[in-house]
Amino acid sequence: MPSLTRWYIRAAFTYLLLGFTIGALLLANKGVQMLPGLWRWLPVHIEFLLFGWVVQLTLGMAFWILPRYWQKPRRPKENYARAAILLLNLGIWLVVAGTILSISRWVLFAGKGAELAAVLCFALHAWRRIVSRQGA
Amino acid sequence: MPPLTRWYLKSALIYLVAALLLALVLALPQTTSLPPFIRYLSPAYFHLFLVGWVTQMIFGVIYWMFPIITRTKPRGNEQLGWASYSLLNAGLLLRVIGEPLNATRPEAVFGWLLVASALLQWLAAVCFVYLAWPRIKEKYRGE
Repeated sequence: MPSLTRWYIRAAFTYLLLGFTIGALLLANKGVQMLPGLWRWLPVHIEFLLFGWVVQLTLGMAFWILPRYWQKPRRPKENYARAAILLLNLGIWLVVAGTILSISRWVLFAGKGAELAAVLCFALHAWRRIVSRQGA
Repeated sequence: MPPLTRWYLKSALIYLVAALLLALVLALPQTTSLPPFIRYLSPAYFHLFLVGWVTQMIFGVIYWMFPIITRTKPRGNEQLGWASYSLLNAGLLLRVIGEPLNATRPEAVFGWLLVASALLQWLAAVCFVYLAWPRIKEKYRGE
């Protein structure tokens, strides 16, 4: 498992725990209302689990598992995949800040923009690794 | 494929079918006569899909595929794995039962079903991360 994949997966597991914690509090609060303001954390729960856990883990696994080149660099354009993990995590926290802190709608926009940039970067890295056994 | 992975993956497939069956029912026109509690199953649908199918499939494949820890205990504490599986599924099923009950008959006891569901699912995630974390490594080095 390459180093970059390990970072993707550790981050994904962290978001899994964060997302499940918020989700558990939301569900418990639904059953026995303790914290009325908790419901505004629902978008954070969704963001952590959809982007932080599912998307991030998938990208990390793809970086590991997709066919590698015969010659070095075995995983070309690795900097795009590195940029992707940074942009994705920046995006997630900007979205969270934009949602919870209500600073400005543009913070949310910037977050989603960073996430879009992240997946575009990853696609640029991964596209040419999607090949048949014959390498085409 | 280890037994726990087989349980995870077969369960995940069952949840996928269940989620889409529920989606089908929820997609029926509002004019269709359905028991009242059905209309409260929308969150259950999302979680049958995202927790029951997606997350459970991921857990099963991770348990199978990640680098092993040692020859003697390749996948760590297997009991913890089974605990995670049991907690996740028990919690999810409690949610599916408890959520519509809590919505249609908000007596105190049904609310506590959701509290129990929340706790079980959270513990499942904690157990699984604790189990899988040591396997986030470059490769097995003959330990």
